[in-house]
Amino acid sequence: MLDYVTSYLHSNVTPGQAGNWLWSLVYILIIFAGVSGIVIVMNWGERKALAHMQVRLGPMRVGPHGLMQPIADAIKLLTKEDIMPSEADKPIFWMAPVWVVMIAFSVFIVVPFGPTHAVTDMNIGILFMLGVSSLGVLGVVMAGWASNSHFPLMGALRSSAQMVSYEIAMGLAVVSAVVMTSFTGLGAYGIGDASASGTLSMIGIVQAQAQQHVWFVFKFFPVGLVAFFIFAVAMIAETNRAPFDLPEAESELVAGFHTEYSGLRWSLFMLGEYAAMVAVSSIAITLWLGGWLRPFPSVHGPAINIPFFWEHPELGVVDFVFSFAPAMVLFVLAFFCFFNAARMPKHPLLKIQTMGLYAFGLVLGGVGLILLAPPVRDRIQDIFWFVFKIACFMYMYIWYRATWPRYRFDQLMKVGWKVLLPLGLGVLLMTGIIGLSPEILAWLKGVV
Amino acid sequence: MTDSTKSGFYEETTPGKDQTFLDANELVLNMGPQHPSTHGVLRVILKLDGEKVLGTECVIGYLHRGVEKIAENRTYAMFNPYVDRMDYVAAVSNGLGYCLAVEKLLNVEAPPRAAYIRVILAELNRMASHQLWLGTHALDIGAMTPLFYTFRDREEILKIFEKYCGARLTTHAFRIGGTLYETYDGFEQEVNNFVKFVTPKIDEYEELLTTNRIWVERTRGVGLLSGKDCIDLGVTGPVLRASGVKWDLRKAQPYSMYEKFDFEIPTGENGDTYDRYLVRIAELRQSLRIIDQAVNSIPAGPIMAKVPKIMKPPVGEVYVSIEAPKGELGYFIVSDGSTQPYRLRVRPPSFVNLQALDKMVRGSLIADVVAVIGTLDIVLGEVDR
Repeated sequence: MLDYVTSYLHSNVTPGQAGNWLWSLVYILIIFAGVSGIVIVMNWGERKALAHMQVRLGPMRVGPHGLMQPIADAIKLLTKEDIMPSEADKPIFWMAPVWVVMIAFSVFIVVPFGPTHAVTDMNIGILFMLGVSSLGVLGVVMAGWASNSHFPLMGALRSSAQMVSYEIAMGLAVVSAVVMTSFTGLGAYGIGDASASGTLSMIGIVQAQAQQHVWFVFKFFPVGLVAFFIFAVAMIAETNRAPFDLPEAESELVAGFHTEYSGLRWSLFMLGEYAAMVAVSSIAITLWLGGWLRPFPSVHGPAINIPFFWEHPELGVVDFVFSFAPAMVLFVLAFFCFFNAARMPKHPLLKIQTMGLYAFGLVLGGVGLILLAPPVRDRIQDIFWFVFKIACFMYMYIWYRATWPRYRFDQLMKVGWKVLLPLGLGVLLMTGIIGLSPEILAWLKGVV
Repeated sequence: MTDSTKSGFYEETTPGKDQTFLDANELVLNMGPQHPSTHGVLRVILKLDGEKVLGTECVIGYLHRGVEKIAENRTYAMFNPYVDRMDYVAAVSNGLGYCLAVEKLLNVEAPPRAAYIRVILAELNRMASHQLWLGTHALDIGAMTPLFYTFRDREEILKIFEKYCGARLTTHAFRIGGTLYETYDGFEQEVNNFVKFVTPKIDEYEELLTTNRIWVERTRGVGLLSGKDCIDLGVTGPVLRASGVKWDLRKAQPYSMYEKFDFEIPTGENGDTYDRYLVRIAELRQSLRIIDQAVNSIPAGPIMAKVPKIMKPPVGEVYVSIEAPKGELGYFIVSDGSTQPYRLRVRPPSFVNLQALDKMVRGSLIADVVAVIGTLDIVLGEVDR
């Protein structure tokens, strides 16, 4: 038994590939908890960031700077009356939110938080992700249909049309990135060996970026950038977020497909939506932004030999500096906590809040200290950079929501079919043409 | 659904002989009276073919309080606060119109200082009304942020109102024959500060919306209304001006010394939602011009004309209209010589403008209905009275 547990510890592959059920289960639980944690943080962060963009404060009452607001919300939603419309199609009404959450979380099976930090690695990873994530629309349609009401029905119809039409552009952009994995040359215009085989595996795609010394967003500039742009637009539409939030357009369809939902079921929809946002962001990160790779992945600097690094003498000075980033980020957050706690008005009513903020700062600082320890530092690198990139994407989601009005349905379709789809085809074609340019030139010479 | 089929519009718009089986898939959707973007308790029955609007019918009256009937049982002075409750986002303009109407009936005129104070407050209120319109209109189209920007700036106007007369929304700022309150110390300074404060803020709203691609796509060519249609339907205010008709009662038949101020009437060309947006933004700037001139040339003198304690206007009738933020606001008062009006009728701009809704949205999409309700700038308190 103990052997089974420890046998995986020094493995170089994911637990799924190693065939270790126990560690797979542990990873699944960690990812489930982690993604839920991201959703909770996002809940608070979205409200705070959006509020500050809109010259207001956002939650301030529950805990210092509203830090406990997500917990208060969760308690409120859990204790709400469970309402099911009498005319609803009950089993489907019950199933829809569960389906949405299940799908949103299943996607994370192949998301690589690091070379070994994934539940498993499939040779069709990206295909699996696209396939499973597009099943989410079924839950939305189920919710809209089962509610037996006009506004949800219209929301569901909009949603299905939108998700289906944006998936095509999304798929073309993804194929362009997959094609890039097969051109093994180094750098942005490294054309390389066209006979090399590409990969659909999520881990393989990131490793291809590491081997080619370029994030695919910069590869064949600006082709990779355009592909990334297409995906970035399509993924917002895919997750029903502003400015493509038509299925739940509050000002038109009341609350869209989840108009009839309340309490726990509604919160499941929200959980599913945010988890889906994290999921599509991680596709984008894996395909174009180098996955778990730190910035400037090909720059290492001269190798150094300093205490705690004897195990990895091949690491350069740049790696050494970057390895402190996770701890530093937490220290900065802790500093902000202390700074704001010191700025709190000295009022007896705010005493507990001030102490709470100091305590939160201490916790963050403590975690930062743990991350400073060399073994942890080494292990946490890849996860940190992946989560950091997810955080950037989440911030962009909030920013879009604060800036843009909502598209109209026909305009949305126009953008999807008349702009993104041709652009996606063009990008795919350009990727092939640039990648195969030596062969094409040779062939042209032969013809002329 | 059954009660909507009772009304004539359902049969009237049902296609006739060239009906195919596809036309059978019509959906009658109740928008309101509880809906986030009908700006109150307006109920719009939509007949839809998918997302396309085949016809609409407005059901109003959910906020009817019988204001006109109440007037018949109140003295002229007692009725004054009631008018604030009609268009509650532009209460000052309502009060101004009513006071002017009764003053005409009594044949008195407010002294110049009072007229200037009235102009300053009415223009501030026009700005407040337009700011609220902009915020909610943008929210309807999906842009959240302008709402908070405009509310932040509208707050400054409400602060001035509060300091002047103690109330923020339903101000009851004016009395028949002038104003009750003298300006408070530092009023001029505060208004000047406000003008300085808000000028760059208007640019800020424009920065977010005017050249925003999605905003332009959502509003340009939506809810088209030609100048002739406007005149036929009796539509007034910014909606009329955006259709290219240069008609503003402040210029056409000046009241309360508006002839002394130098300002322009902004007009649009296409009569679409985008032009209406531009016209209202330009009106914000013109209002600032008027306020700036008025507050810096405000004359000294009394603020109240000689008005009898018990008002008994001579027998007769009078119609006085002013340019309220939403259009022509008219008061028609019939006096039988007693202390109470025999009949009082309000011509509310929102009520008349709402007529245009069906013409503007027929054939467009649901999202446009929301945009058009927003661009008409209706207040249900005024529609229903």
